[in-house]
Amino acid sequence: MPFSSDESKRYSRHFVLPAIGPFGQSKLQNASVLVIGAGGLGSSAIMYLAAAGVGRIGIADYDLVDESNLNRQVIHSEVGLNKAVSAANFVQKLNPHVQAISIEKRLTAENISSELEGYDFVLDCTDRFETKFLVNDACVLLRKPYCHGGASGCEGQIMTYLPDFPCLRCLMGEIPQDAPTCAEIGVLGSTVGLIGCMQATEAIKFIVGSGSLLVGRLIKYDGLEARFQTLNFGRDENCPVCGEHRRITTLDKENYKIKCDF
Amino acid sequence: MVKINGKEEDAVGKTVKEFLLEANYSLSRVAVELNGAILPKADYDRKFADGDIVEIVGFVGGG
Repeated sequence: MPFSSDESKRYSRHFVLPAIGPFGQSKLQNASVLVIGAGGLGSSAIMYLAAAGVGRIGIADYDLVDESNLNRQVIHSEVGLNKAVSAANFVQKLNPHVQAISIEKRLTAENISSELEGYDFVLDCTDRFETKFLVNDACVLLRKPYCHGGASGCEGQIMTYLPDFPCLRCLMGEIPQDAPTCAEIGVLGSTVGLIGCMQATEAIKFIVGSGSLLVGRLIKYDGLEARFQTLNFGRDENCPVCGEHRRITTLDKENYKIKCDF
Repeated sequence: MVKINGKEEDAVGKTVKEFLLEANYSLSRVAVELNGAILPKADYDRKFADGDIVEIVGFVGGG
């Protein structure tokens, strides 16, 4: 594990951490994570993945930084810049030892599978249910480990998927059609940031192989009440994408009607 | 009494669905854990019994 002197100093607190150590750090250095969405969840997730030394970080977002994003999307500062580019610029300044790849496109049913290729782990940091279910279905069909995050208002939730274990649809079934957006009900930056940090933690644990992932468990955080709930759940045999009689076997754009931004 | 999300509620005899609708949960964005196990949506007509421990999780879709 050849670390430069600068890297050895930078990661020294990881080296002494039993959950990571020098061997775990070299795993992080050789790992790749795709972050889909560089908004509120993505901002904190990307920041901590980069600081932790994840070697290759893909960042997909087609949207441009808007002033109304700045209460929570803490890695952005230049209004009008593409968010994937803005995030990649931030990463290079924060940690020049990692590579950030900006993917300036909307991920859709047609292109998501090819974008997932070559990454060890995926973070769903998208900002609406249609895209979250698209990411779930793509990861299930490709057997790609990923971590789901969602937030709005002062609340958020997180779970991790591994192949052959429960997926988002085992708990939620179909895409909710009545969900308000952050623009409609507002969002507290520190809440969404916390969920993004937890997503980064899941990615790091997956890569180094330490601890217990949030598999078959969903954590819900209520920031106002300062309350965490944990739901334990198993695979649903009627799950539309991973159940015995699955209906979804390929990605069809008609199933993720746009609305599909992140 | 029924313990719902950590609070004692006077909900004995009420169905899960009735409680969810009164509390303004969206049925398409919710999961209910009853006495430690996920309650299938098809069973939301079940009535709460005294001593039930319930966790209701409403999902959020922003990011």
